[in-house]
Amino acid sequence: MIDSRAIDKVGVEERVARFQTRSIKNESKLQGLKMALSMIDLTTLEGKDTPGKVKQMCYKAHHLCDMHPGLPAVAAVCVYPTMVSLAKKELEGSNVRVASVSTAFPSGQAPMDIKLMDTRFAVDHGADEIDMVISRGKFLTGEYEFVFDEIASIKEVCGKARLKVILETGELTTLDNVRKAADLAIHAGADFIKTSTGKIQPAATMQVTYTMLMAIKDYFDKTGIMIGMKPAGGISTSKLALHNLVMVKEVLGNAWLSNEWFRFGASSLANDVLMQIIKSETGAYQSPDYFSID
Amino acid sequence: MVKKVSKIEVPSWDYSPSLESTSHIVLKEKYDLYIDGRWVKPHSGKYFATVNPADEQKLADIAYGNALDVDKAVKAARKAYNEVWSKMPGSERAKYIYRIARLMQERAREFAVIETLDSGKTIRESRDIDVPLACNHFFYYAGWADKLEYAFPNRKIQSLGVAGQIIPWNFPLLMAAWKIAPALATGNTIVLKPAETTSLTALLLAEIIDQSGLPPGVVNIVTGYGDTGAAIVNHADVDKIAFTGSTGVGKLIQKALAGTSKKVTLELGGKSANIIFDDAPIDQAVEGIVNGIFFNQGHVCCAGSRLFVQENIAERVVEKLKQRMETLYLGNPLDKNTDIGAINSKEQLVTILKYIKIGQKEGAEMYQPVCNIPAKGYYCPPTLFINVAQSSLIAQEEIFGPVLTIQTFRTVDEVIQKANNTPFGLAAGVWTDKGSRIFNLTTKLRAGVIWANTYNKFDPTSPFGGYKESGFGREGGLHGLSAYLK
Repeated sequence: MIDSRAIDKVGVEERVARFQTRSIKNESKLQGLKMALSMIDLTTLEGKDTPGKVKQMCYKAHHLCDMHPGLPAVAAVCVYPTMVSLAKKELEGSNVRVASVSTAFPSGQAPMDIKLMDTRFAVDHGADEIDMVISRGKFLTGEYEFVFDEIASIKEVCGKARLKVILETGELTTLDNVRKAADLAIHAGADFIKTSTGKIQPAATMQVTYTMLMAIKDYFDKTGIMIGMKPAGGISTSKLALHNLVMVKEVLGNAWLSNEWFRFGASSLANDVLMQIIKSETGAYQSPDYFSID
Repeated sequence: MVKKVSKIEVPSWDYSPSLESTSHIVLKEKYDLYIDGRWVKPHSGKYFATVNPADEQKLADIAYGNALDVDKAVKAARKAYNEVWSKMPGSERAKYIYRIARLMQERAREFAVIETLDSGKTIRESRDIDVPLACNHFFYYAGWADKLEYAFPNRKIQSLGVAGQIIPWNFPLLMAAWKIAPALATGNTIVLKPAETTSLTALLLAEIIDQSGLPPGVVNIVTGYGDTGAAIVNHADVDKIAFTGSTGVGKLIQKALAGTSKKVTLELGGKSANIIFDDAPIDQAVEGIVNGIFFNQGHVCCAGSRLFVQENIAERVVEKLKQRMETLYLGNPLDKNTDIGAINSKEQLVTILKYIKIGQKEGAEMYQPVCNIPAKGYYCPPTLFINVAQSSLIAQEEIFGPVLTIQTFRTVDEVIQKANNTPFGLAAGVWTDKGSRIFNLTTKLRAGVIWANTYNKFDPTSPFGGYKESGFGREGGLHGLSAYLK
C-alpha cells in the first residue's frame, strides 16, 4: 500500500539549493513575510514553563506589534498539556489556536496507555491541535506496524482536534527514513506532518522539509486529500522562512500557502519577520528593542 | 468546537520581477579584432551587429574578420610562439594564467550580465555556472603549467605551436576558457574565433588578457562568420585545430584537414540518452530530466534529449515531469527567477520550431506548459514529445533546443541497444538505486560522458568528449592537456 521511493540525498540538496536562489523582492517579499507571520506556531516547551510565561506568550500571539496595525496574528500557540486550559482562557475571543504536544513529548518513551491519557487530557482541556511524537526507537528497529497503530490510536482520541505527527527527523538520520516515516504517518491518519520536537539537532532542514513535502504531494496526487506540513526547529530568520515558502509554493502549489496547511514551529522567527516587514515599509531597520521578547 | 484560524487570504503568491542590474557594464559601440596585443580594424572594413535575443535589440557592432585578418593573427601567434611563449618556463606561464583567472573573478558580474545579454541564457546560469566554471578552468590549468613532466611521465613535453580554435554560441565564455586555458598551459599560442552571435564575452576576455600583460600575439581573437573560421582551418601555418560545434561543420573541417599535418580535436553534436529505471529516486530523476534537457534552453551538445523510462513507471514519471514543467519560469533572462531564457538566435528558433512541427506530424503526443512568452525576442516553451518511436526523426536528429523525446523500455538489454542506436555518442545519464546496474551500463553505453543519478555536471578536472559522430579528443582534465602536446 505504501510505496516509499528511494531518495537521492545529493539530488535533494541540489533541488533545495535551487529554491534558495529564488529572489523574493518588493511586494512579493512583503506578502511572503506577512504570510509567514500568520503561519507561526509560537512555542514554549520547556521544563521551566510557568503560567506567567504562557500568559505573556499568549498575549503576544495576537498582539504581535500593536504599533503597526494591519499585521496578522500568529496561527497558534504550542504548549505542554498542563498549560492548555490556561492558554485557552488567555486566547478566548481571538482566533489563535491552541496546540498541545502530547504522547510523552519529546522522547515518546512511555507506555501506550500513558500516551493516550496524555492526549486525552490535552483534548479535554480544549486543545485545538495535538502535536504527537512517534516512537523513533520502534521505527528504527523496523516495527513499522507499531508506529502505524500508535498514530492511528492517538488520532482516534483526538476527535475534532487536528493531529500533527512529529517524526523527529534528526533521529531518523536518513532521508529514506524520513520519507518512509512521513508516508507511514500520512496513511495512519495525520492531518499534519511535522519535522521535529526542537530538542534534537538537526531539526527542520530544507532537505528534510522537501522530502516530507514530496510525500504530501504524492499522497495528494493519488487521493486528492491535502495534508499539512510543519517544519519546526531551526527556522529563525525571515530569509529561511521565505525559502521554505518558495519550496511549498513550487512543490505543492499556492493552495498550501495558508496556515490551514502550513506552519512554522518557531519562537524567535516572529520578531525577525516583524523587523523585516517594518524595514520594507519604512526602509530602515529598527532596533531589536522595539520588538517584545516573549 | 474548532475555532476559525486567523487567515489572510492568499489567492496566489507570485515573485515580483527581480532584474539583475545592467548599470555596471559598459558596452562599446564597435568592437575591433584583437591581434598581436592590439585592437585592429578588420581588413574589409566590415562590421556586423550582435543582438540581444531576449528583445531583438542591437547590442554592438562586431568586426568581420576575413582571411587577411586571420593571416595577420596567425603570423602574430607564430612570432609570439617562436620568440616568447615556447621559451618561457611553465612556472612563468602559470603566473599569466592565474592572473587571467583572478581578473575574471573580479569582473564575474560583468561577464555574467554580458553573457546573458548576448546569448539569451538566464542570469542564474551565467552567474552560477558559466562564469565560475570558466574561471575554474583557468585556475585548474594554471596549476598544471609547471608540472607537465609529472602529468605525462616518460614523455618529452613539447608544445604544438599555433592553435586555431573555433567555439560555439551555447557557452561562449566557458568554451573560450576550455580552449584557451589548456593551450596556454602547454605553451601554445592561439587564434580564437567566437561564434558570430556571441562574441562579446570573448572580447571582454581579450580585454582582460590585455590587462594581464600576456605577451602580444599569444592570444588573438578574430571575430566573424563561418568563412572566418574556414580561413583559420585552412591556414597553412596553423598546427592544430580545436573545434566545438555542429557535426556538419566538424565533417567539413575533417575533410579540409585530411592530408595535412595539423592535429585536430572535434567536439560535435549529440543526442544523448537519459535512462530512468523503475527503482530510481524518482523525484530526483525528474529534476535530472529537467536539468538534462532544459538547461540553457537545451542548447547543450550533451543535453539528455532522448529520455528512456522503464515502462512500469513511465506514466508516473511523465505526470511528475509535466507538473514540474509548470513551475518553470520562462521569460526575461536577466530576471533572477527565470528558469528558461531566450533561444540564442532567430535562425535557431526556426530550426527548433521546424522539429516541433515534424514531431507533431510524426504523430507523437506533444506537451507544453502554459508560458507567458514575451512579445519580443526569441522564445520557445519547454516541450515534451511522448510515445516517440526510435525511428522518428525527432528522436534521431539533434534539435539543440528545449525539446525532449520520451520513449519507454522494458529490459536492460533493450535500453542499452536503443541508447547506442544513434550516430552520436557524447553523453548519457543513468538513474537507478542499484550501484551494480550503474557499472553494468557505464561499460556498455557508447558515450564519452556518463552521469549516474545526476546530469549535466561539469568540472575542469574531468575530461569531456565524444564517441562516433560526436567527435574525438577530450577537453578538461589531463586529457585536455594532452591534446595540446606533441
